[in-house]
Parts: sequence; C-alpha cells; structure tokens
Amino acid sequence: MQSADVGDPSKANKAVKKSVKKERRKEKISNKGDSSKSQQQQSVQQFDGAVAPKSKAELRAERRAKQEAERAAKTLKKEEQAKSNKAKGPQVSANLQVDDPKVQKKAAKKLEKQQVPQRTEGHKKVTLFSHLHQYERSVSITKDIGFGSTGIHPAIIKLGLQYAEGIITGSNARCAALMNAVCQLIADYETPPQKELARHLESKLKPAISFLNQCRPLSVSMGSAIKYMKIKITKIPSDMSDDKAKQELISDLQAFVHVNITLAKQAISNSACSKISDGDVVMIYGSSSLIIHVLNAAFKTGRNFRVVVVDGRPKLSGIRALRHLCRAGIKCSYVLISAVSYIMPEVTKVFLGAHGLLSNGYVMGSVGTSLVSMAAKARGVPVIVCCEAYKFCERVQTDSFVNNEIGDPRDLLATDGSSSGPLIKEDAYKNLDSLKVLHLTYDVTPPQYMAMVVTELGMLPCTSVPVVLRVRSFDT
Amino acid sequence: MDQFILDLKQEKFNGSYDLAYKVINHLRKLISQTRWAHAKELMGVIRKEGKQLVAAQPSEYVIGNMVRRVLKIVREEYVRLLGKSEEFANTESLHKMLTSAETEDEKYMKSLKELKTTVMEAVSEYIDEMDASIHNIAAQAIEHIHSNEVILTIGKSRTVEAFLKQAAKKRKFHVIVVEGAPLYHGHELAASLAAHNIETTIITDSAVFAMMSRVNKVIIGTHSVLANGGLKAVSGAHIVAQAAYQHAVPLIVLGAMFKLCLLHYSDIGGSEATFNRLASPHRVLDYYKAGSQDLCNVQVYCPTFDYVPPELVTLFISNIGGNAPSYMYRLLSEMYHPNDHEL
Repeated sequence: MQSADVGDPSKANKAVKKSVKKERRKEKISNKGDSSKSQQQQSVQQFDGAVAPKSKAELRAERRAKQEAERAAKTLKKEEQAKSNKAKGPQVSANLQVDDPKVQKKAAKKLEKQQVPQRTEGHKKVTLFSHLHQYERSVSITKDIGFGSTGIHPAIIKLGLQYAEGIITGSNARCAALMNAVCQLIADYETPPQKELARHLESKLKPAISFLNQCRPLSVSMGSAIKYMKIKITKIPSDMSDDKAKQELISDLQAFVHVNITLAKQAISNSACSKISDGDVVMIYGSSSLIIHVLNAAFKTGRNFRVVVVDGRPKLSGIRALRHLCRAGIKCSYVLISAVSYIMPEVTKVFLGAHGLLSNGYVMGSVGTSLVSMAAKARGVPVIVCCEAYKFCERVQTDSFVNNEIGDPRDLLATDGSSSGPLIKEDAYKNLDSLKVLHLTYDVTPPQYMAMVVTELGMLPCTSVPVVLRVRSFDT
Repeated sequence: MDQFILDLKQEKFNGSYDLAYKVINHLRKLISQTRWAHAKELMGVIRKEGKQLVAAQPSEYVIGNMVRRVLKIVREEYVRLLGKSEEFANTESLHKMLTSAETEDEKYMKSLKELKTTVMEAVSEYIDEMDASIHNIAAQAIEHIHSNEVILTIGKSRTVEAFLKQAAKKRKFHVIVVEGAPLYHGHELAASLAAHNIETTIITDSAVFAMMSRVNKVIIGTHSVLANGGLKAVSGAHIVAQAAYQHAVPLIVLGAMFKLCLLHYSDIGGSEATFNRLASPHRVLDYYKAGSQDLCNVQVYCPTFDYVPPELVTLFISNIGGNAPSYMYRLLSEMYHPNDHEL
C-alpha cells in the first residue's frame, strides 16, 4: 500500500503538468498572435496618434486575467484527477505482482529514477509463489552505491544492510531502528533554496523507503510508522522556520516510538501478567520482544510458572528467547515444532506475539504460529496473542499465499561446514531441476484458534481490529 | 543368539522392514536348529526367545509382531496337518469347549513328522509376502493419485517413496515434502524423488498449516499401526494430521501388514515408557550452544515418535488393499491368535 500512496500523487502531478504545459504552449502561440496584433495595433495607433502605454497596461491586464483563468482551470483539473483516481480504488502494490512483466518494468523505472539499486531474482522459484519476489542473498545490494549528496543518507544504507543481513530482526526493533535512522536523516537535512521543507523532505524520504524495501520488504510496524511520518510532515505549517520544524518532527517521531512501543509494552505487560497464575506452564513460539517482557514482568511479581519454548527452522529465534528467560531465572524447556504434540499435554497456556493484525481478525505472525495455535486449540489450551495497537493494519488476507515474504532457500540446506548429515547440499540442490526449497517467513492464523488479543487498549477479541483502527484514525 | 540381542539393544537396524526381516530370519534359524518334539514345545521355545527379544528393544513393536505371527503360523500348520480346517484352530465355540476331543493340555502335543518342514515352508512364504509388500502397495498407487495433484508427505518412508515413484510413471503431480526435524529425513526423500523427475518442494515443519490449504492429499508412512487404528508415526505426523483434518484434506497411511500390532496407545512416562523414544537432544539444541552458561538448566526434548489417533486417519493402504481405521482390529484376528496376545 505504501508504493500505491507514492504512486498516486506523482501520477496526478504528471498528468496535471502535461495539461499545464499544453495550455502554456497554446497560450504562447495565442500570445504571439496577440502580440503581433497588439504590435499592429500599436503601429496603427501610433500611426493614428492614439496612446501607446495604455494598450500595454491593457495587455498586462489581459495577461493577468488569462493567468487567473489558467490557475482556476488547473485546480479544477487537479480535483477531477483526484476524483477519477479515487474511483479506481486501492491499487495493488507491485510487490504482489512479480509475475506481471509490465508492472515490474514500471517499478524498475521508478527505482532507477530514485537511484535505488534493484535486487535480482533468485534462480529457482517456487511456482506457487511466483507472484512474490524470491531473492537469494548472493550479492550485496549496496555494492554500487555511491555517497554523493543526491544519494541515500548513510544512516539509511546502514539500516538497510542490517535488515538484509538479519542483524536487526523483530517488528519492534525494526520500527525503532527505522525511526532512529529517519531522525538522523532529518537532522542532517538542509532545505535547498526556493523549496519548501514539507514537500522536499518527502521527496527525500521516498528513495530511502524504496531502498529499505529492496533490502527487506517493509513490515507492518514499519508501514504504520511511515504513514505517521508522512502525516506529520504534511502538517508542518509553512510559516515555521526550518530548524524549528526539524526539531518538532524529530521529537514527534521519538514520541511515536516511546508511546507505541515502550509505553504500550508496559501497559500490555500489566494486563497480560494477570493471565499468568501460579503453577502455569506457558508455551511460547519463537522470540517476541513483547512476550519476553511480559514473562519477565510476571516472574518479577513472584508468580511460580515455567516456560516451554517452541522453535522453528531455519531462523531458530527461540534460542534468543531462551537466553533472555534463563538469565531472568525462569525454568525453561525447549523443543522443536515437530514435538508440539508431545509436549502439549503439559501446557496450560500459550502466549504468542504477532507481526501484525489484519482487519478480518486474522493474525499474521512468524511461520509456525498457526500450527501452534491449532495444536493448542485442539487440546483446549487457551491461546493469548499480545500485540501493540500500532501493528493493526487495514489489509485483509485469508491465506498465507497471497502476501508473504520468501526468504533465501539456501537457509534450509546444509551449511558449508557440515559435510555429513541428511540435509541436502547446495550443489545437489542446484543440479536437481525438479527440486525446489521454500522458505516462508510469515503465516496467517484464523481467529477461531485464539482466545483473545492483549493490546494497550485492553483485552479484545481478534475481530475488533477494524474498530481499533477507526478509533486511532480519529486520534491522529 | 546373544549377538542378535546385542544388535537389537544397540539399534543396529535400518527401519522397520529391515528389523522385521532380521527377526523372522532369526526365528527361522531357531526353529531349524533347536530340538523339539511337538508343536507345544516349539511354541514354548519361540515364546521364550520372543520375550527376550522384546525386552531388548521394547519400543519396536515389530519384534513382538513377528514372534506372534510365527506362533500363529505354527498353530495353523499343526491344525492343517491334523486334517481339520483352519477355522477350527481359531473358533472357541461352546460346543467345542464342552465336547472337544483334546483337552487344553493335549492340544498341539501330537508329534508330526512333517511339522518342521511345513512350518519352515510357511515361514519362507511369509518372508516372500513381506518382500513383496512394498510392490503390492505401490501397485495401488495409480488408483489414488490423479494428475496435477499436490501431495504432502513427511519424513522418509520407503513405502511412500515406492508408491509415489510408481504413480509418477503414469501421472504428473507435485509433491511437497516436510523436512521432519530433527532427523531431516525429508531431505533424503525429496532428493530421491527429484532425481526421478517428480516436482518436489521441501518445506519446514512450521509451514505445514500455511501450505495445507493447497494440498489435495496427505500420504504418510508409519512406524506401526496400533490395535485401535491409531498410528505410531514419525515425530511431527500428529500436527500434519491435525492440519489436514482442519482443512478437510484426506490422510492416507501406507503400511504393510507386519506393522499392525496388538498394543494400544499408552502415554506412561518414566522408566516404563515404551511408546516414545527420546533421541539425543544434541539434534535439537547442539552442545555448542547449550553448553554456554546461560542455557545449562534448560530441559531439551527430542521425541522420535508421535501418536496419531484413528479419527484423523482417512484410509489405510496395506499389501492386502485399502481399509478404514475402524476395521483394523478385525485384521488382528487374522494375523495373530488370541492365546498369543500375552507372550
């Protein structure tokens, strides 16, 4: 949806510019005609002895009237364009139409204009997901980037690399890092003369966001943050000085992170703690910063419980969660997701984190979340999802195919170090044409498997997402 | 004999078919080498040896199956040689109990010269039947797989491999193989299928629910089939079965008849646990990571088997044809004699 937003006004602008150019050309021709006529008139009048400067003023008045008529026509045209664009409806992002060559050509052109390098697709693609990008981590995307003044800010390049290499993972961490980098970009930003801060800053942000999108597709949390950023930038009053505007912007963005991530974390911990009682066996899946915080907070209040950490390949992010929990002194067990049925008879509650909540009540989480929820529901174990309100999005999705992130397939294969073992080696994978490897990142869980969602606005059923979105849109 | 028991304890076998073959050959040697006078003595000898074998490796039900099958063969051959029909050996009618010519003690005690040879022949026949079981199952493949299907399987089962390869000779379909952590046998199966030009995709265990909406059939092999029609299958099979059930995808289980056992599911833990075998936790969390100061108090589990209840299974395909799980208990009476249930 982000690139759709970026696409619309630029398209409208182009169309308006074209029509204005045409009008100007017509006017020039007519002006030429007029000027020749007026010259004739002048010559005639001079010949006649009538007043020459008066006709000049008349001409000026005529030109002014024409310009005003032109401006009125321009605004009318803009409104019409906006109306016609609204009638087209929401546009589907080019990231979901990789199998359409026209759409991909347009996207490539846009990236070139913004001077953002484009990633090359992987060699072997899984046909079920041919509508999504399937990259391989072969060559660094930043190999050919220069550090010129018209290029992308170095903080953004660093952030992009951290995303691409998996150094920064987790939706909260990615969002906070993004806000940090954008604050740096704003701090170093200088408005060029003759340009307005609001409009030019936005045009600086667009290539930055495209670059980050190329490094790793934007998460729901990042999308929410970017929307907030854009709204704040457009609301800058034109009479404010640049320095003051930049300061206000930076403090607004930092407040966004503080309110939506830090404070929300504490609010959610307080309410979710009440759901953990003594003697509980809590199951978690993978690593979610919010869930770890909730468990730590519950442990500090003196409750006696133990945790089962379920993990999934190839990310194996559960080990990170394990370290955090063990450091706090919580008793932990660790299993892989294939052993979920083995361990489920001991479990009393399941706590899951979410990547995003969709408008139809489905929860988008790391791949395997749906499996754990289903297994828990089948045994009557309640599943509690903890999610901050800024991760709610207007998208709707019913399965995990239409929109997903396909990771590097070679993560599933044998690493170069281990020579033995049943995992397929990379050369074997390359030689076998019929063999494909699928590395999914997210999956979508239907709301019937989940008991409730804990947000900073309270404990809600999954189906309340559109209500919360409406409330939040009235606030901003 | 001791060497064989040692091999069993050290798990020096390669899958249930291999183990069944070894056990039944061992029993055949036993029959030919020991001295026995009549059928009852022979059954006593087999039973004694069988108890030792089962005690050596209690989680492998195939051993008990083979012992009981041989006992059933002995009973059948004895009865046939006596001239009576085979049904006679099985039925326990009230009339028979009251008016039987032999009492319980005298049963099976007539010494017959041809018993040894006939028993050896019958056992060899049974071994041949076991050999051919994979081919018999694979021959039914074309009835169950239509073209352009997407089939999901987990882990590596020789039966499933043969089944899919046979179907691929005539039909074009797509196979999704679930890795099967932590043993990752799915990779081996996928490589083997891809080498046969079958379109294969490997997915992780976590992606099963996500992919299930696009799957037409789930075909898995199993380690054993329990008496109620449930399965003792590879770890991860239960969540695959549940996901298939949620998406209304049929679950087809392939297994030869020697995998059918008399036991029911029991989740007794501790030292008496025979259902599940916990493998080394190194496969789940390797020693390098777990040895660090942070993680030294973590309990790591690596179960090898999963119990799949019979409600989740749609069809069993064995070498004698297709059956519903609710019928499996009847097939038990054809394979094993009720007096042999307790060894």
